[in-house]
Amino acid sequence: MIPLLGTAWHDVPGLLGPAVWETARTVLIVMSVVVLVGGPLGLLIFNTSPLGLTPNRAVHVSISWIANLGRSLPFLVLMAAIIPVTRWVFHTTIGFKAAIIPMSVAGVAFFARLTENAVREVPRDLLDVGVASGSSRWQIISGIQLREALPGLVAGVTLNVIAMIEYSAIAGAIGSGGVGYLAVNYGYRRFDNNIMLACIVVLIALVQLIQFSGDRVVRALTR
Amino acid sequence: MIEISGLTKVYGQTTVLDGIDFTVADGEIAAVVGPSGAGKSTLARCINLLERPTAGSVVVGGRDLAALSGRELRRARREIGTVFQSANLLRRLTAAQNVALPMRHRGLEDAEVRRRVGDLLERVDMLHRANHFPSQLSGGQRQRIGIARGLALRPSVLLADEATSGLDPESTRSILGLLTGLRDELGVTLLVITHEMDVVRGIADQVAQLDHGRIVEHGSVVDVVRRSDSPLSRALLPMPPTPRAPEGLALWTLRYAADVVSPFWLSRASAQLGDLALLSALTEEVGGSSVGRLTVGLDPNQDAHRVASVFEALGITAERQIMGGIGVVAGAAGETAA
Ligand SMILES: Nc1ncnc2c1ncn2[C@@H]1O[C@H](COP(=O)(O)OP(=O)(O)OP(=O)(O)O)[C@@H](O)[C@H]1O
Ligand SMILES: [Mg+2]
Repeated sequence: MIPLLGTAWHDVPGLLGPAVWETARTVLIVMSVVVLVGGPLGLLIFNTSPLGLTPNRAVHVSISWIANLGRSLPFLVLMAAIIPVTRWVFHTTIGFKAAIIPMSVAGVAFFARLTENAVREVPRDLLDVGVASGSSRWQIISGIQLREALPGLVAGVTLNVIAMIEYSAIAGAIGSGGVGYLAVNYGYRRFDNNIMLACIVVLIALVQLIQFSGDRVVRALTR
Repeated sequence: MIEISGLTKVYGQTTVLDGIDFTVADGEIAAVVGPSGAGKSTLARCINLLERPTAGSVVVGGRDLAALSGRELRRARREIGTVFQSANLLRRLTAAQNVALPMRHRGLEDAEVRRRVGDLLERVDMLHRANHFPSQLSGGQRQRIGIARGLALRPSVLLADEATSGLDPESTRSILGLLTGLRDELGVTLLVITHEMDVVRGIADQVAQLDHGRIVEHGSVVDVVRRSDSPLSRALLPMPPTPRAPEGLALWTLRYAADVVSPFWLSRASAQLGDLALLSALTEEVGGSSVGRLTVGLDPNQDAHRVASVFEALGITAERQIMGGIGVVAGAAGETAA
């Protein structure tokens, strides 16, 4: 039997570096989809609710339902279930492309809720300031609702980024790249403890860094 | 000009406003008073159509707001400035940016916005705090910024919901001065909602008391304070405290408005009624007229009806005080026996 020595420490950066980059790239791409789609969706969910600017029960209930759908499945199940879509779009079911669609679906649904919560925190009276001074609906949404909710939205993005890092690691299990893939393939399948340790350290550092920076930004935005 | 007729607002099972009829003329300051939950804020919110009336109509500047389309309604709302109960400033905007907000949404040019913001901040005496955030301002300062923002689009009507509640007397006085100035200098029509009688005495031309969604009493402030049998009048002008009254005197409460009473009424009354002890007195400027409230002591053997009619002839409302109650009442505003 081969002794379980694992990758020599001086070879770890060579493996880990590209993996971190892969994870970062995936999360970045997914997050832009998440913010661009999930944000408006969240605004729509809130503003069609009875507390919103244009209450509309039918729209509210249906969009709400769709957003819940995206969050009701554990990510692993969602990922497996979505494989046919991924194959159809990218003609592959492995690599980082394969992770992007399930991660976006889960992320959009999550961020829609986070956005809804953030704008719900803006007192209705502040929206009335806009209504009473004859501002247009979009002016009220962008100039009052989003502006006042900004700290909450940044906190939501932070939370979402961290969730996406976690999901990208889960996606590693079905062969997408990144730190998760490395941890599963080397650390778990080959009992490479050095790689496992390095992956853990990197993931912890990454999450801490993101949370720390997110908190800093939120604090700077809060008046 | 605000013309409200038959205004009714129902939430589910609760009738919050019940057939309100109320008119505020151009350049007039009207006060709406009433206990908490009476429907005062709802009334204000129906005027700028933040709430849709269940029935009745609200006509501001000749336009029936409920009949307007979305675009026309937005335009009409710019004519109505609103000062909210708790200022409602955007937390992430400075004082100046808060004041500028309605103008930016209105699409005014930068230079024009800056000029007007400067003027407005100066008017509310807040230029020195232009770049402060709401969290860095005191309650009174926030309220001033709220007023400046309410005036940003140069409205012809201003709704002020509890603009002075919770403020110290000094801030209250300066905000009232500010509101009066708006009417005097800019001809703004004001609807002031308050539960503070000082505010009504200080600036209002007319006053309406709201209770359980109905107007239970209203009139010009000068008329209301002369009424002898009205709760609103008593609330508006509480009697000054009377020091311990000497033994053997009948105590009388007198109310008058100086514009209809001779300045020499005291000596004239004394000439007809004999000795007259002045126990407490307060004269005050109310609704542009000076109003007096006094407690006097008279010989208890005098005929109460005669005393009352002597005062009535002088234009003074007189009420006999009886151990925590009031006996004979007579006066300019009518006759009642309690
Ligand atoms: N959206 C609503 N739904 C149901 N009831 C409401 C609503 N808004 C107000 N009310 C009710 O209407 C009544 C009048 O409320 P309003 O805010 O007009 O009172 P107010 O006279 O301004 O009181 P305060 O002096 O405390 O500000 C209250 O009993 C309140 O519970
Ligand atoms: Mg109120």
